[in-house]
Amino acid sequence: MNSVILQIAARYVRWMLLIFALVALIRGHNYPGGGFIGGLLAGLALIYDGFAFDHKRISKKRKINPVGYIGVGLLLIFISLLFGILSGDVLMKGIWISLNLPLLGQLKLGTPFIFDIGVFFVVIGITILFFLSLKRR
Amino acid sequence: MEVLIAILVGFLYAAGVYMILRRSIVKFIIGIILLSNATNLLVFLSAGLTAGSPAFLSDQVSSQQEFSDPLPQALVLTAVVIGLGIVVFTIALKYKFFEVTGADDLDQLKPTDNQK
Amino acid sequence: MNCVALPILIPLVLMIMQIFFRRKIFSQWLGISGSLLLLLSTFYLFGQVTKHGILTLNVGGWPAPYGITLVIDYLSILMLVISAVIIFCISIYAVSFLKTTGEKQRFYIAFYALILGLNGAFITGDVFNLYVWFEVMLISSFVLITLGSSREQLSGGIKYLSLNLIGSLLFLAGIGLLFGKTGTLNMAQLAEILREDDSAILLNTSAMLFFVAFGIKAAIFPLFFWLPASYHTPNITITSLFAGLLTKVGVYTMIRFFTLFFVQDQPFWHNLLLTLAGLTMFIGGSAAIAQYEIRKILSYHIISQIGYMVMGLGIFTPLGLAGGIFFTLHNMIAKTNTFLVSGMVFKLKGNYHLKNIGGLVKESPLLAVLFIIPAFALAGVPPLSGFFAKFILIKAGFEDGHYFVTAVAVFTGLLTLYSMIKIWNEAFLKKSPEDPSHEKDKIKLSLLEVLPSILLGLISLGMGIFASSVFGYTMEAANQLINPSIYIETVLYNQ
Repeated sequence: MNSVILQIAARYVRWMLLIFALVALIRGHNYPGGGFIGGLLAGLALIYDGFAFDHKRISKKRKINPVGYIGVGLLLIFISLLFGILSGDVLMKGIWISLNLPLLGQLKLGTPFIFDIGVFFVVIGITILFFLSLKRR
Repeated sequence: MEVLIAILVGFLYAAGVYMILRRSIVKFIIGIILLSNATNLLVFLSAGLTAGSPAFLSDQVSSQQEFSDPLPQALVLTAVVIGLGIVVFTIALKYKFFEVTGADDLDQLKPTDNQK
Repeated sequence: MNCVALPILIPLVLMIMQIFFRRKIFSQWLGISGSLLLLLSTFYLFGQVTKHGILTLNVGGWPAPYGITLVIDYLSILMLVISAVIIFCISIYAVSFLKTTGEKQRFYIAFYALILGLNGAFITGDVFNLYVWFEVMLISSFVLITLGSSREQLSGGIKYLSLNLIGSLLFLAGIGLLFGKTGTLNMAQLAEILREDDSAILLNTSAMLFFVAFGIKAAIFPLFFWLPASYHTPNITITSLFAGLLTKVGVYTMIRFFTLFFVQDQPFWHNLLLTLAGLTMFIGGSAAIAQYEIRKILSYHIISQIGYMVMGLGIFTPLGLAGGIFFTLHNMIAKTNTFLVSGMVFKLKGNYHLKNIGGLVKESPLLAVLFIIPAFALAGVPPLSGFFAKFILIKAGFEDGHYFVTAVAVFTGLLTLYSMIKIWNEAFLKKSPEDPSHEKDKIKLSLLEVLPSILLGLISLGMGIFASSVFGYTMEAANQLINPSIYIETVLYNQ
C-alpha cells in the first residue's frame, strides 16, 4: 500500500495507540482492559508501519523479532508464578503491596500485574508474527 | 432475553455448520469463526443473564437473584483469546497453502489420502 | 514443598529457554537434558503417589471447588511416566532425524509447548482448565504438523486442523451445558453432584458432546478420518511423537470423564462404547491390510488399537479398566517404537513404500531385532507387553459376558499380526528390489540414532517380564477410578 495520508498518520497514530495500550494494560485489573486488550492495541501500533509502508520496515528497520516478544512475555509469566513459592506459599499465589504515592494516592501493585504484562508481550508477539507471516513472501 | 440469545446461538450454529460444509477453505474458516462465537455465547448464557448487578455479594446485594456469576464471563474471555489464536493460525495456514498450491478448494486436497 | 506442578513448570521453563538460546548445539542438548529432567521428576512423583496416595495442589491458594486444582492419582502418574519416557526418546531421536537447524529450533519450541499441554491435561482437576491445556496442545501440534511447509504437509495439516477444531468447539459447548446444569467445573465436585443426580436426559446431551469431542481426539470409529490423512505427512520424528501421545490423551480424558461423573444411564453408554470399540478395532485393522506404505499401515493400526482401550472402558469392571490402562501404556511405547524404526528404514532405504524396499535383515540385523520387538508386542506375542495387555482385556471381556466384542478383539489381534508379518516379509526378508550392481555406499546407523528405539524396546520387554507389578499399578488405578470417593474426598475436603 502506498498512501500518503496513512504514512503521515502513522507517525502520530502509532504513539497514540501505544499510550492507549499502556493505559488499557494498567487499569486492567479492576476495569475493562488488561493484558490481552492492551497487547492487541500495542501490537497494532507496532504493525502500523507495515500497513503504511512495507512489512520489511518492521523486521529490518525497527528490528522487531516477534518470537523474542513471546519469549519475554512467557518469562514474565513464569516469574509471576514463582512469587507465590518464594514467599513460602503455593504456586501462583497473588501477592499484593500497596504504596502511598504523594500525588497519585494509593497504588496497589501485585504479582497478577506481572502476569498481565507477560500476557501483554505474548499478545504483541503473536500479532506481529501473524502480520509478518501473512505479508512475507 | 435468554430465549432471544438462545435463538441467536441456534442461528449461529446453523450458519456455521452450513459454512463448514462448503468446499472453499475460506468459507470453512468463516464457518469456524461463526461456530466459535456461537459456542462462546452458549457458555456465556450457561449461568443465566443478570443485567447490571455486581459479581460479588455485599451488604446491598444479598440474594442469589441479584448476583451475577463471574465465572462464565472469565471462561468466555479465555475462550475468546484461544479462539483468536486458532483463527489466526488457521488463516496463516490457509494463506501458506494457497501460496504453495494456488487452490481454495477442499476437493484439491485429495491426493494425500489415496496415495499408493 | 509440593511438587505436583513440576510436570507443567519444567516444559514451560524449557520452552522459554529454547526461545532465548537458539544456538544449534545448545538447543539440542538442552532438549535432551530437559527431557531427562522431566523424566526424573515424574519418577519422583511416582514414588510420592505410591507413598501418599492422591496428590493435590490448589493453584493460587484458592480452596478446591473455587480455584483450579491439580490432581495426580494413579492413572495420571502412569500416563505421565510413560509419556515422559517417550518424550525423552523423541528428544534424542530428533537430533539425528530432523534435517535443518532452523527446523530443529522450531521443533524444540513447539515440542515443549506440546508437552506443556499434554502434562497439563494429565494433571488438571478442572474441566475448563482441561480445555485450555487441550488448546495449548492443539496449537503446538498444528505448528509441528506443518513444520516443513511442503504441499503434502499443508494439505494434511488442513485436514488435521479442521476436524480437531470442530472437536474442541464441541468440547467447549459441552462445558457450557455442564456448567449451566451444575454450576461448577471442578471434577471432584461435579462427581459429587452428578452421582446423586438421576436426570440422565439433560446430562446425556453434554455427555454426548464430550464423547464426540474426545472421540475426534482419540480417533474412534466414525470420527477417525483425519488421522490416516495427516499422520504420514510430517517428519517421522513428529509422526512418532503424535502416534505415541496425542490420541491417547483423548482416551485418557474419556476414561476420566466416564468413570468420574458421567455414570448415569450406564447400559446405554457401555453398549455404545463397546460397539464403537469393536468397530474401531475391526475397521482400523482391516483398512491397514490394504496399505503398502509403512507409515500408513502403522497409522491405521493406531486407530485399531484405540478400540482396545475404549473396550476396556466399556467393560467397566476393575479388571477391564486395568486392562484398558495397561493396553494404553503398552501401546504408547510400542507404537512410538514402530514409527521410530520406520524412520530408520527410511534412512537406510530412502523409501517408505514396501514394494520398493527389502533385504534389510542382511543389511542391518540390529534394525531387524529392533523392529521385531515392538511389532510382536503390538501383535500380542508373549512374553512381550502386548500379550498381557490383550490377555487381561480378553479375560475381562469373557468374565463380564461380552463375547462378541471379545471375539472381535481376538480376531483383530490376528489382523495386526498379519500386517506386522507383511512389513517383516516385505521390508526385511524379501530381496532388495534395487539393482545390486550399482552398489551404493552403505549408510550405517549411529548409536545416537538407534538408542531411543533400543530403550523403548527394552521397556516393552520389561513390561512383559514384570507384567505382574505393572498390572498391580494399573489395577490400583482402576480401583481408584471405579470408587472415586477417595478422589472426591482428597480433592474437596483433605487440603
